[in-house]
Amino acid sequence: MPYAIELINITKRFARTVANDNVTFKVRAGSIHALVGENGAGKTTLMESLYGLYQPDAGGIRIHEREVQIKSPHDSITLGIGMVHQHFMLVPPLTVLENIVLGAEETRNGFLDLKKALKHVSEMAARFSLSVPLDEKIENLGVGIQQRVEILKAIYRKADILVLDEPTAVLTPQECVQLFRILAELREEGKTIVLITHKLNEVMAISDQVSVMRKGKIVGEVETAKTNPQQLAQMMVGRPVLLRVEKGEKKPGNPVLAVNDLSYIDRRGIGVLKSVSLEVASGEILGIAGIEGNGQSQLVECIAGLIRPTSGSITIDGIQIVGLSAREVFARGLAHVPEDRIKRGLVIDMNVRENLILGMHTQPEFSSRLSMKRNAITRNAQLLITKYDIRPMDPDALARGLSGGNQQKVIIARELSRSAQVIVASQPTRGVDIGGIEFIHRTLVEARDAGRAVLLVSADLNEILSLSDRIAVMYGGQIVRVFPDNKVEESELGLYMTGSKGIQDKKAFGS
Amino acid sequence: MATKKHWLEHPATQNFVIPILAVVLSFAVGAVFILIVGQNPFEVYSILFSQTLGTTYGIGQLLFKTTPLIFAGLSVALCFRAGLFNIGAEGQLQIGAFMTALVGMYTLGVPSFIEIPLLVAAGMVGGGLWGFIPGYLKAKTGAHEVINTIMLNFVAAALVSYFVTNIYNVPATVHTPPIAPTGRIPRFDAIFSGFEGSPVNFSLLIALLAALSVWYYVERTRYGYELRVVGLNSKAAEYGGISVSKNIILSMTIGGAIAGLVGTNFVMGYKYYFEEGFSTGTGFMGIAVALLGNNSPFGVVLAALLFGMLEYGGLVINTMVPKELVSILQAIVIIFVISSNKIFRRILVNFLKKRILSVND
Repeated sequence: MPYAIELINITKRFARTVANDNVTFKVRAGSIHALVGENGAGKTTLMESLYGLYQPDAGGIRIHEREVQIKSPHDSITLGIGMVHQHFMLVPPLTVLENIVLGAEETRNGFLDLKKALKHVSEMAARFSLSVPLDEKIENLGVGIQQRVEILKAIYRKADILVLDEPTAVLTPQECVQLFRILAELREEGKTIVLITHKLNEVMAISDQVSVMRKGKIVGEVETAKTNPQQLAQMMVGRPVLLRVEKGEKKPGNPVLAVNDLSYIDRRGIGVLKSVSLEVASGEILGIAGIEGNGQSQLVECIAGLIRPTSGSITIDGIQIVGLSAREVFARGLAHVPEDRIKRGLVIDMNVRENLILGMHTQPEFSSRLSMKRNAITRNAQLLITKYDIRPMDPDALARGLSGGNQQKVIIARELSRSAQVIVASQPTRGVDIGGIEFIHRTLVEARDAGRAVLLVSADLNEILSLSDRIAVMYGGQIVRVFPDNKVEESELGLYMTGSKGIQDKKAFGS
Repeated sequence: MATKKHWLEHPATQNFVIPILAVVLSFAVGAVFILIVGQNPFEVYSILFSQTLGTTYGIGQLLFKTTPLIFAGLSVALCFRAGLFNIGAEGQLQIGAFMTALVGMYTLGVPSFIEIPLLVAAGMVGGGLWGFIPGYLKAKTGAHEVINTIMLNFVAAALVSYFVTNIYNVPATVHTPPIAPTGRIPRFDAIFSGFEGSPVNFSLLIALLAALSVWYYVERTRYGYELRVVGLNSKAAEYGGISVSKNIILSMTIGGAIAGLVGTNFVMGYKYYFEEGFSTGTGFMGIAVALLGNNSPFGVVLAALLFGMLEYGGLVINTMVPKELVSILQAIVIIFVISSNKIFRRILVNFLKKRILSVND
């Protein structure tokens, strides 16, 4: 089969780092090619060079065996390349159809001709079995559908090469299955697909060929059928990696964190939490599974004192914490790894040293009334940087310049270093690479073994299943099911997460 | 990995080098305007520099112009660090200076060591109040500080105008009666005869002290830490248990108080009374000063010196070129600084890329 994409000897440098170092990457037409690697390995840079968002410093690009120059996304679209970004580029108040034609509108006498567009798009959707409600507004649709809109948008622009950047990051297991079916369908139709990911089970499930990047270089290319996740992980990280979390028997103690009948009605008057009750004992990890937007964020923010619940109680060691400020909740023994590290957890334009004391900056250890204790703050940073292996090992480095995994380590280091009895970790490994995930998981298990109570909220079912001692599933602002252990099938969890199971059961209990 | 960094790679050096490049370039563009009005730019610039920097009197005049710019620049810069755009320094300094004069005229016979701190404090209270109002409104109602500070500038101007034309004025003038003689801040020429005739006075030391204090407050105290966190990421501040609204009110109040110190230069050090129209847009110039100085107190002092020089230099070259030319030059400096940051940074990065590669090869 001929090549659809040939990136030849691509080099792309930023000021000091070489993002792509003499990379040659070829994709056969009509195949699904996975591009895997840790964060910062250069996958996205490589694909953005292909899409015209970056200009490589050296190297050439051939599309369908023809030498091309790609100076902007406009050029790449003309060449039939479509990219589905990690964060969707859709306009929420516009309809699906309007979003699809945006920028490539069909016109009649200079006026928008939505009728003609409707006909084209629905034909196309049918042909690729991409069912989307064309008249619905984007803001009313789930992420899975939005992603399909993105794919359709690319195809509408006559893309026959599709690049998907971490497409499953936001999807439920069921949605992933659907996405893979769509991708397989597209392959049948002769489209070429590049899948950027770091989830190895996906690679195994869908791709024909895998290329592995590490530190800006392609370190290997294999046929998917001839490899396994363990081998791929080792190629990605450069050393053998534990894909499973090693975890001893739990030795739960007394309940430390107790949430009772907690409800929260948001500003728009929508009940986001509906009498949620749960308990986390010392020495156990309670995992909360659920599709994002089902109240997990608000539950965590209520516990952390960032928003005030409408009713209900939250206690740590029997002491009521509802109504306390975030600082007071911290002082009562809560550590919080927030779900959005850039928006909440870090001040990215401050250095690592200063980020490592956020929330502890008023403690006598770090500051007196008149001045900050700079030596103590630096010592603290050096200690945590070494202990948590934060790279670069420079307390003065700006948080902005750290990779996602290292940014997350800064937060984990800070939160676990305060001797808190309760740890609430929300999406602790989102956007973190395999090496970092292994480390963060180990750290959380260690905290649990040290007798702390850990509440883990994650959209990643693998993570929930491998870390949790007990699993609660949230749907529609309620806890719809609590499993007493982690011996449950992913698909079973999926059914509760999507509301297909659970609510009725609960009604049957007469609540 | 552990290669030594090129000196230009440090952000601090870049923050220093880039404004200087911008200033140099803006002088070059200014030269074009000088050519257009039919003068020789070299001649004009050489007079500009020699008359401002070349004589003690010139330096005195320059420093006299610099002092209020430091206060105004610090005020804007401090608020900037808290993520607030203080357009209200002009109003704050009007109210502050007026308060200084008002307290000064009613406290005759108080000894200097009480009177001077008292008048300084009066200026800070007046300016602080004028900063507190928009700060409070922002924190409690979310009303945008840009609108409110602009509006309060009008209120301040009208208010002091009313007072100095109707109530507290010396008849047939638009200024107040003089402050107590014990409240006067000595001029430089009282000690160094070289400054003879120039009104530059020791309020400049207050300005430098203010710069040092702002630096210490912002960079070295927990309050400054909180202020910076609020300015950079208010969500992270909430998360870290830092009250965003408290910090908004606090920084606007402190910013206002610093602007209120402008009166030390004019009222306490120069005329010894408050006069309507004494400030010709110093508060607005403060925005440019803060911007050019990259919101750092040290940078603010340097930027204020440059603008002080341009302000006095405008008078010096008045005979050769229209005074408007200096306004144009000032505006060009500002435009270059604002717009050049990204361009110069890119040039710098490209330069470094080549340098580092050639070293590595």
